[in-house]
Amino acid sequence: MFHLDRWSEIFETIKSNKLRTFLAGFTVALGILIFVVLFGLGNGLQNTFDEYFTDTKFNNIYISGGRTSKPFAGYESNRLIELDNDDLQDISEKFNFFIDGLTPRISISGEVGYKLKSNNYTISGVGPSNQDSEMNVLMFGRYINELDVLNNEKNIVLGRLVKQDLFGEEDPIGKYVSGGGRSWKVIGVFQDDGGDNEERVIYTPYTTLQKILKNTDKVNSIILSYKPSIGFDGAIELEKKLKGFLKNKKKIDPSDPRGLRLRSAAQDLKNNQDFSMALNYIIIFVGIGTLLAGIIGISNIMVFVIKERTKEFGIRKAVGATPSSIVWMVLQESIFITTISGYIGLFIGVVFLSSLGDTLKKEFYITDPYVDLNTAILATIMLIIFGAIAGYIPAKRAAKIKPIIALNDK
Amino acid sequence: MIKIKNLHKSYKMGKNSLHVLKGLDLEIQEGELVAIMGSSGSGKSTLLNIIGMLDNHDHGTYELDKVIIEKMDETKAAKYRNKFLGFVFQSFNLINYKNALENVILPLYYQGLTKKMREEKALKYLDDVGLKQWASHLPNELSGGQKQRVAIARAMVSEPKVLLADEPTGALDSNTSKEVMDLIQKINKAGKTILVVTHEHDISQMCSRVVKLKDGVIVEDKKINQKKAL
Repeated sequence: MFHLDRWSEIFETIKSNKLRTFLAGFTVALGILIFVVLFGLGNGLQNTFDEYFTDTKFNNIYISGGRTSKPFAGYESNRLIELDNDDLQDISEKFNFFIDGLTPRISISGEVGYKLKSNNYTISGVGPSNQDSEMNVLMFGRYINELDVLNNEKNIVLGRLVKQDLFGEEDPIGKYVSGGGRSWKVIGVFQDDGGDNEERVIYTPYTTLQKILKNTDKVNSIILSYKPSIGFDGAIELEKKLKGFLKNKKKIDPSDPRGLRLRSAAQDLKNNQDFSMALNYIIIFVGIGTLLAGIIGISNIMVFVIKERTKEFGIRKAVGATPSSIVWMVLQESIFITTISGYIGLFIGVVFLSSLGDTLKKEFYITDPYVDLNTAILATIMLIIFGAIAGYIPAKRAAKIKPIIALNDK
Repeated sequence: MIKIKNLHKSYKMGKNSLHVLKGLDLEIQEGELVAIMGSSGSGKSTLLNIIGMLDNHDHGTYELDKVIIEKMDETKAAKYRNKFLGFVFQSFNLINYKNALENVILPLYYQGLTKKMREEKALKYLDDVGLKQWASHLPNELSGGQKQRVAIARAMVSEPKVLLADEPTGALDSNTSKEVMDLIQKINKAGKTILVVTHEHDISQMCSRVVKLKDGVIVEDKKINQKKAL
């Protein structure tokens, strides 16, 4: 009963002080609105960023040979180092524990034709785990498997655009294309998010290409996918060990910067993640700044409101209001206003963000701006709490003033 | 009703302290209408504020309706004020965003009465001061005399033991002053103890007893033949 009464007293106060209520509410709503919009735009920027950097699988280590630049163990410098199937075997055995997938790569360029159409494409000889390390998604058929590799099958998997060029709408699976004077059987079609170039590639078992290319066992490069669970530091450690092992095996001076190249996304990704983290910090900083501005705004209004009401509090005390009843009245009023207007600001902000969608992507690199509802609600609650504190301190002081002083307040 | 012995009060003004009340003794019986007179600075308002528990005294004893009033916290003071005392001020001190009825209701709200009871009671007291049809008007729509009558209704609605009026006619013209004093006399006739602080001789003559203060002590205290206000 008494509670309902208190609320009706507060509603009455709010109703008869529209400007004051509006100003306080407006500050809070604006604070939350700006917070939500800024945070959302920041998230949109992050989305675009993520999209750019997450295509190539991060846990790949690319190993390739080269020419040495220092003499070592009786060998002269400028010696050509090439990787071969034996290295593949060794890596697979020695580092098995860390490896998720391992594939060699031999790339050539050549003309491939079907019926009347033909075109130049990159043809890569790979192993089955290439699908994972390239993040190829199968559209039709199947990928190269162990049996293909074992039997040097002349099976090929086409990139989406290759299929489009040569087959159009026709189903390519099981059809034969010509290339290098031989026939190749299409067993699958893949797509790749990495851009057009990645979809203008033809994959075939590496053993097949090795046989065709003068019966060699060399490979251009080896792509190793490590287990993500080993983390960045583990990856960097693994890279070091691999390098040491291969340099030792190939008799390369350990201090030679050339001769063997290892490239991994671990360091890149770490840089990217650092950048992305910095972006996050900026967003958080700006967000907190906005909130702070809102809090300062509401605090100012509360201080002013309470100053304005000092005399009223004096009157209330003279007719029997206890100090705590006055503090509660102020608090309830401020919490009520901040809650309602915070919710309004939140709502407008969320609606605004979702109406933006992708419209800012081209010019401002902002994709799908959104704000995590939990964050937004947390921000609103923070504002309510700080608004309440901002009201509490001066209200407490005002409620303590002797009524006679409050009454004399002009 | 009120027993005051050796009452002292001083205010600190920076380094100096201003001794306003210097050992007052005063006894007021139930049903009296007492005028407290004195020039400004004589301590009359301070005395009224201490009696009204709007301010604390330093030394001496103050007994209100056989209850010893000592330094107490604001919560307790607020409850005592609500129960024992009604205030009328020179500047009316109505809450300007509340209408006449709502202003009268306020003390009842702090007594925790139900909404219906509050409204009924407040309306009755507003009727007693002749402003029933003005119930829904805001203070700035009322004349000075009407405002003071609303203030009197507000002071009376909690049925206090003592009504304290600090220069109740100070902001009013002489005709309106008489009307307000007439109302105060009527309330007194009904048995209420009333203290009126004033510096106007006319107003003091409408009371049944005049206490004169000078420099913080009582210089004169006599019963007089009460004049009718109207």
